[in-house]
Amino acid sequence: MKLKINGKSVDVQSGPDTPLLWVIRDELGMTGTKFGCGIAQCGACSVLLDGMVQRSCVLPVSAVGDSEVTTIEEIENDPVGKRVVEAWVDKEVPQCGYCQSGQVMAATSLLKSNDKPTEDDITAAMTNLCRCGTYNAINDTIASIAGTDAAKAGDAQ
Amino acid sequence: MNDHDPKISNPGYPTGAPENVSRRRFLLASAGITAGSLVLGFGLSVAPNKAAAAAAKDMPPGSNVPAFLELRKDGKVRLLSPFNEGGQGVFTAMAQIVGEEMDVAPDSFIVENAPAGSDYLVVYGKMRITGGSMSVRTSYDTMRKLGAAARQMMLEAAAKKLDAPVSDLSTEPGKVVHKASGKSLGYGELAGDALDQEVPSPDSVTLKDPKDFKWIGEPVKRVDVYEKSTGKAIYAMDAKVDGMLHAAVQHAPRLGLKPGDISNLDEVKGMAGVMSVHKLDGAVAVVAERFWDAKTAVEAAKVDWQEPSEDEKSKIRYMPADFSTEEFAKQLANTKGDGTEAESEGDITSGFDGAAKTVDATYQSQYLHHAQIEPASTLARFNEDGTLDIWLPNQAPEQFQAQIADAARIKPEQVKVNSPMLGGFFGRHFLYPAANPFPQAVQLAKEVGKPIKVIWTREQEFLRDPLRPMAAVRFRGALDDQGMPVALEAISACEGPTEALNGHNPDKVDAMAVEGLTGKSYAIPNRRIAQNFVENPTSLAYWRSVGHSMNDFFYEAFLDEMADAGGQDPYELRMKLLEGNERLTNLLKAVGDLSGGWKRGPFDAEDGTRRARGVAMASPFGSEAAAIAEVSIQDGQIVVHDIWDVLDPGSIVNPAIIKAQIMGAATLGTSEALIEEVAYKNGEPTARNFDYYPILGGARAPRIHAKVIESGAKMGGVGEPPLPAVPPAIANAVSALTGQRVRSMPMDKLDLKKG
Repeated sequence: MKLKINGKSVDVQSGPDTPLLWVIRDELGMTGTKFGCGIAQCGACSVLLDGMVQRSCVLPVSAVGDSEVTTIEEIENDPVGKRVVEAWVDKEVPQCGYCQSGQVMAATSLLKSNDKPTEDDITAAMTNLCRCGTYNAINDTIASIAGTDAAKAGDAQ
Repeated sequence: MNDHDPKISNPGYPTGAPENVSRRRFLLASAGITAGSLVLGFGLSVAPNKAAAAAAKDMPPGSNVPAFLELRKDGKVRLLSPFNEGGQGVFTAMAQIVGEEMDVAPDSFIVENAPAGSDYLVVYGKMRITGGSMSVRTSYDTMRKLGAAARQMMLEAAAKKLDAPVSDLSTEPGKVVHKASGKSLGYGELAGDALDQEVPSPDSVTLKDPKDFKWIGEPVKRVDVYEKSTGKAIYAMDAKVDGMLHAAVQHAPRLGLKPGDISNLDEVKGMAGVMSVHKLDGAVAVVAERFWDAKTAVEAAKVDWQEPSEDEKSKIRYMPADFSTEEFAKQLANTKGDGTEAESEGDITSGFDGAAKTVDATYQSQYLHHAQIEPASTLARFNEDGTLDIWLPNQAPEQFQAQIADAARIKPEQVKVNSPMLGGFFGRHFLYPAANPFPQAVQLAKEVGKPIKVIWTREQEFLRDPLRPMAAVRFRGALDDQGMPVALEAISACEGPTEALNGHNPDKVDAMAVEGLTGKSYAIPNRRIAQNFVENPTSLAYWRSVGHSMNDFFYEAFLDEMADAGGQDPYELRMKLLEGNERLTNLLKAVGDLSGGWKRGPFDAEDGTRRARGVAMASPFGSEAAAIAEVSIQDGQIVVHDIWDVLDPGSIVNPAIIKAQIMGAATLGTSEALIEEVAYKNGEPTARNFDYYPILGGARAPRIHAKVIESGAKMGGVGEPPLPAVPPAIANAVSALTGQRVRSMPMDKLDLKKG
């Protein structure tokens, strides 16, 4: 089976039911995309499929078809993704960091489809879980990239 | 427990067979993936520090400079941290502290977790854990002296090169300067010599005057955010070595059960990718080249789980088939007796004798999961020389090393413990019986003869995650005719996490069972805090802020009950009870000011919602904290709009990281207060993943307003202390809004009137 991933076409040996996540991690050896729950609840496994965020832990590799897969390893080569990463670093969003690959993918997907998201847009799009509690920082950072009001964001004095 | 039968191994593997390996590597390379033929990613052992050989046994922990530092020619400094990084920012703090005295900018450090070894026992100079919010406050002086000793060695090395006396030399960030000649030498240029200098005794070095600090106390950028924003940070889950196979497990549904026959064994063995099937202690495992194949097969296994014998039951924490948390909560609430005394002040009997009014209430807490997003995993590789390399999430490398050695039947010094970054921990990665995958990885690596990586799925993780204890606390309080509290008694029915792990002493209280009931600073003249031990069948654990995570909820919510019974405003009552305590009245005033001035409500917000606020305080882990929460009720559900959370850790290293910890702790405290509960029915948990054990997501996350006060008091903890005041602040706000008392968590289970 052929898979278009990070601008390349690769041959994949894994069984067709294997979720894309495990093809990426085990067969292709890229570990930036994380395993957290396996049932599309936490979003740690988020990747882009034709620029739209998808939870790869429940997506059989055979269902990817001709879609272009982008993982966190490639995200800085996307103009929007690059801005997201720069802002993530500048605002020091990550704590443990384990969910942050997925958060960066979700934020990139949001900003690719909507460059001026409202507070509600951000809340609706950013459904990935973070146990360290970086939600305020994530919202603040996306709002800062978009140049929109960071009303939802927390503050620190 | 070696039930592995080589005959059931299936050497054939239909996909991704070895002959494709070289082609796969080519494809990996062409996909822009870094792939090597040997160890990938990390675990590449850098040449041992010269110190390893030089390590003198008589050097106190934290003083053997070459065991901690590696100088690189480009001026970068590799620092082996005695504390593991799991989001709390300790790698950055260590770079700041060592760098300050060494005169190296924190961003010049590459920080990794140190291997197991006596040099790293820097917690109070005698032990090593990453926990208890202890890292910086217990090692601060030691790590400063380490940096100062390293600077001294740079000076000595430079003196020889420049042929100048040390007294004529000084340092600037990253270099030694000889003012008289105008010459300077970068630390990178001294890399080959400096660590060969004699290591100064920690008592001989001079520390900087804090007024000259360049980096300590500043919001220095975290050293790890780029790697964590781009998927480059490596966690145990990401560990890989050449020739590694994957294993997935199916745990017994109840702790203590043993695997009997697998009725569909032939079917499981015939499934795609399956290489072998194994029986382990309380689990079965499938080994495959790829994890998905192992997982699919092991989940299909129909295992005849067998009860242990009575003798076996007595040696383990056995989960009976009729256990339910609903019944256990009743048992805790109905536990009678005065308990074993933990703290006493004045005379509780006379305090009640003279009371104008009394208040009684019973409060309850729930079991909680750690629910760190990275499930547990372990990679084990036996080497030809009999040593074992192991990669696993852990908060205490030396303790794990000893138990891993036992499991592998080798000597501790033959076990090389690699402690990658933690994908969250919150107390999850201490040594807990049956809660760590390393015994499985060790056994499987032995049986298969290849490196094995065991990954627990979320379901298997939740089945073996040890829990924050449940408790029920019976309170009674007495008020005088002015409405002031004159007596308070709290008797907790609980098993503390420490006695759960180390055994219960009937004459003693587990301090961690009652912390947060004890240690309060309010001037209530007659107080008595006690514990009734009630054993749990579940495994228990430390969970972020430990006993404080529930006990401050109980105490501070009950204090609001007493305030209401005495007709007093809860904020003003706290202020009165803290009269003369400058640190805590300042703190309480600060959180009031941060919230725009204390107002309890209920009041109408601009958006038309009816809202109220609650306040609470806590004194956890050597720090002081206060929080105010603002809530409304919408569609019968609590909405926490804002939390103002102020922490006074005495003195600080990095205010930006502390604020991030406040925001994180307040979020976790909100999640605990509103949503989370591990429930058991028929001896099994009702939830095994985030679908039925939801945690707080962004949509319900409050705005958090964090503030740090540096009172100058003795340095306290940071990671846990901002949490405990949050749940009671929410509870008190909900009570103020609805007029209903909130005496249990999670609050989403309460039937609330509209505010």
